[in-house]
Amino acid sequence: MTPSLTLALLLGLTALAYHLGRRRAFTVAGGRVNRLHSLPGYYGLHAALWCALPALALFLIWISLEGGLLTRLVIAGLPEALREQPPAQLALLLNDIRNVVAGSVEPAAARPEVAAAAARYLDLRAGAGYGLAVLVTLLGLAGLHHAWRRVTPGFRARNHVEQAGMWFLIACASVAILTTVGIVLSVLFESLLFFRKVPVTDFLFGLDWSPQTAMRADQAGASGSFGMVPLFTGTLLISAIALLVAVPLGLMSALYLSEYAPPRVRTWGKPLLEVLAGIPTVVYGFFAALTVAPFIRELGTAIGLEVASESALAAGLVMGIMIIPFVSSLSDDVINAVPQAMRDGSYALGATRSETIRQVVLPAALPGIVGSVLLAASRAIGETMIVVMAAGLSANLTANPLDSVTTVTVQIVTLLVGDQEFDSPKTLASFALGLVLFVVTLLLNIVALHVVRKYREQYE
Amino acid sequence: MNQASTSPRGIQAIAPERRLGGSMHTALVRRRKAAERRFRAYGAGALILSLGFLVLLFTNIIGTGASAFRQAYVRLDVDFAAAELSPDGRRDPETLAAANYPGLVKAAVRAMFPEVTSRGEQRDLQELVSSGAAFQLRDQVLADPSVIGTRASVWVPASALLDGLLKGSYDRSAPEAERRINDRQIAWADRLAADHRLELRFNRILFTNGDSREPEQAGILGAVMGSLFTMLVTLALSFPIGVAAAIYLEEFAPRNRWTDLIEVNINNLAAVPSIVYGLLGLAVFINFLGLPRSAPLVGGLVLTLMTLPVIIIASRAALTSVPPSIREAALGMGASRMQTVLHHVLPLALPGMLTGAIIGMARALGETAPLLMIGMVAFIVDVPGSLTAPATALPVQIYLWADSPERAFVERTSAAIIVLLAFMVLMNLLAVILRRRFERRW
Repeated sequence: MTPSLTLALLLGLTALAYHLGRRRAFTVAGGRVNRLHSLPGYYGLHAALWCALPALALFLIWISLEGGLLTRLVIAGLPEALREQPPAQLALLLNDIRNVVAGSVEPAAARPEVAAAAARYLDLRAGAGYGLAVLVTLLGLAGLHHAWRRVTPGFRARNHVEQAGMWFLIACASVAILTTVGIVLSVLFESLLFFRKVPVTDFLFGLDWSPQTAMRADQAGASGSFGMVPLFTGTLLISAIALLVAVPLGLMSALYLSEYAPPRVRTWGKPLLEVLAGIPTVVYGFFAALTVAPFIRELGTAIGLEVASESALAAGLVMGIMIIPFVSSLSDDVINAVPQAMRDGSYALGATRSETIRQVVLPAALPGIVGSVLLAASRAIGETMIVVMAAGLSANLTANPLDSVTTVTVQIVTLLVGDQEFDSPKTLASFALGLVLFVVTLLLNIVALHVVRKYREQYE
Repeated sequence: MNQASTSPRGIQAIAPERRLGGSMHTALVRRRKAAERRFRAYGAGALILSLGFLVLLFTNIIGTGASAFRQAYVRLDVDFAAAELSPDGRRDPETLAAANYPGLVKAAVRAMFPEVTSRGEQRDLQELVSSGAAFQLRDQVLADPSVIGTRASVWVPASALLDGLLKGSYDRSAPEAERRINDRQIAWADRLAADHRLELRFNRILFTNGDSREPEQAGILGAVMGSLFTMLVTLALSFPIGVAAAIYLEEFAPRNRWTDLIEVNINNLAAVPSIVYGLLGLAVFINFLGLPRSAPLVGGLVLTLMTLPVIIIASRAALTSVPPSIREAALGMGASRMQTVLHHVLPLALPGMLTGAIIGMARALGETAPLLMIGMVAFIVDVPGSLTAPATALPVQIYLWADSPERAFVERTSAAIIVLLAFMVLMNLLAVILRRRFERRW
């Protein structure tokens, strides 16, 4: 019995339970539905829930434990000599057995004891499958029996079913909390492992980043160095360039759209600007690496400047284009929230439109605009694909936008893609970087959302 | 009446040139008007520049990618000799699949240019036809064994070299040493073209093959299927969970610390960098739960967590837009709160929720970084057939191809981007249509 077959069996049983529960309600009511507390369908649902939920819980627990249990049984069944060998060799042997079980190695080609263990594993698994199917069926029937016995005309089936539904809704809403907890725990746990190997202060304040650890202990730079300052300055440099592009363009576009543009331009311009935010970042990365970077390099050479082929300028420029809509649409919202009476007052004093905007609207909207810029900055710091494709890999500590710099996100990707070994400082370092990234963007978001909300309350 | 009461001292003090219509006043007005025009021009300029970037991006991508939808094909006269294909006369698929198809292609190419004899020339000549031609012949024979023993004229894909020549990637006037294609090969190509044996046709391979090291054999089907499986998982999980969470928060949740915490959480999750979700997926789904690497299942789970905040926020907005009178009417008829929501509020809010879900899915479709973290970035030739088969996704395929400097891959990268953007435009269009068709104003 495969697990999916067992699940299908349970599904059939649940449908049967619904039908039986509903019929039972009709029977106890003597065919007069108005004598029942709830509609008959609720009695059916009640029976179905009692049939499915306990059995499903058993099924999930079994599935999550089965692998480990079977492995132990197989180890226990191995000959004494094999069982007593050191853990590393035992793990190798288990791997061989797994390969035979998965069918990637023919049983005939494997060593006889491996083939025997694999056969034993398959036997056990088949037995366990049947056992699970029987248990699930029995539990489903027991639940059905329980629900069946509870059906009386006065039984409040609807309330019970709705209560179950409510728990489902609460569970779904809690997924958001679980996700945050999962992010924090997973990143924090691996980071702590990393900080056991590399001191926190070295990581936070070190000026040198070269995670390539040497193969042998006596080689130069054997330990690698994990100072994140160059990565962080690189991230800030690229984000600053991006903001230099996005803030003037985004803010002026928003002002034009909300204060000057005729309605037709506004209805077309706003969604078109937002298309910029909907384009996948990998497309921007390709554009930056293939078109913008060579263009900037040629431009630099033409006026006699030395430009790296993976300059921070190219990545920052394209990232700036990407975050224009983040600045413009939030700014547009806050500009529109400035009360018309304030503008009218300014016009009545004889101010022109641009004077009104500069001296009345902008100061009034400033907190909201700052919030939108902070949100855009957090977007820029966490952006990955553009910098992976268009920024460099070497960790230079520089503020020259024509140089090549690397960023936190680039290093996370390069450290984790391809490298499978999970306990080296190299891989763990990427989780520590992830932690820094998470904390920084979280702080920026909290401040930004707070500023924007305070501002909204002011005028509502 | 005395002087002071009719003309206050202030007016007397204004010099004539400063009065309304005076020379200084008109200069000031002119300056202010100029400043007004300048400011307005800055605004319009910013908007035009921003939209100009959009146009530049699209024209650039379409300009480089359009040529990838056509591919050079060569017409070969292939001799499906029975002696070659099934020497012992058996025609079972195993024997036929193992036959020497590259030899068949080579013989057909040689037959077109009988005068080419030297070894170096032969090698140059064989470089004109794609190695995929042999696979095409094999598939043709396997599909219809009756061609054995006949001669047939077959269009097979040309190599990337010949394809590039036809599309003008190589400068014919450049010195021979500076281009990848040599003079001999250009002469042969011209002869093929003159014989109507060489032409650009619709590039079917791009849509029917998985990835390949040979650009002319590389296609996006594997990546599209990987994306499709990933999106299926994402939709199946994120839509029900997101809608349920929104219903709870909007319709049932008491106002307390716990629900406040959930609210703040959802807003913050919407702004967490996507790569952090990738780290979560790697640590939890792959290392802790032991799910397979590179699988669309894991990709879908990670993207579900990423899309959930978007769907929850959109669904809540849809629920708030349903007027309270609907709820009051249902409650007044004796419906329970759950019945009110499920039978009356939810159906009215569903179009708005669907719109939000589609927009969330479109965003998830273009997401790359978290998929890199969970290993969906391998070189995978096979088209994935299940949720746990190793796969890649369309944006990741773009990332992989973008790494390759070859001109043929650059144009295919752009073509893949065009396909990805087309999918996203379609999804957003669907969202707009749904909104137009079903949105109600109360």
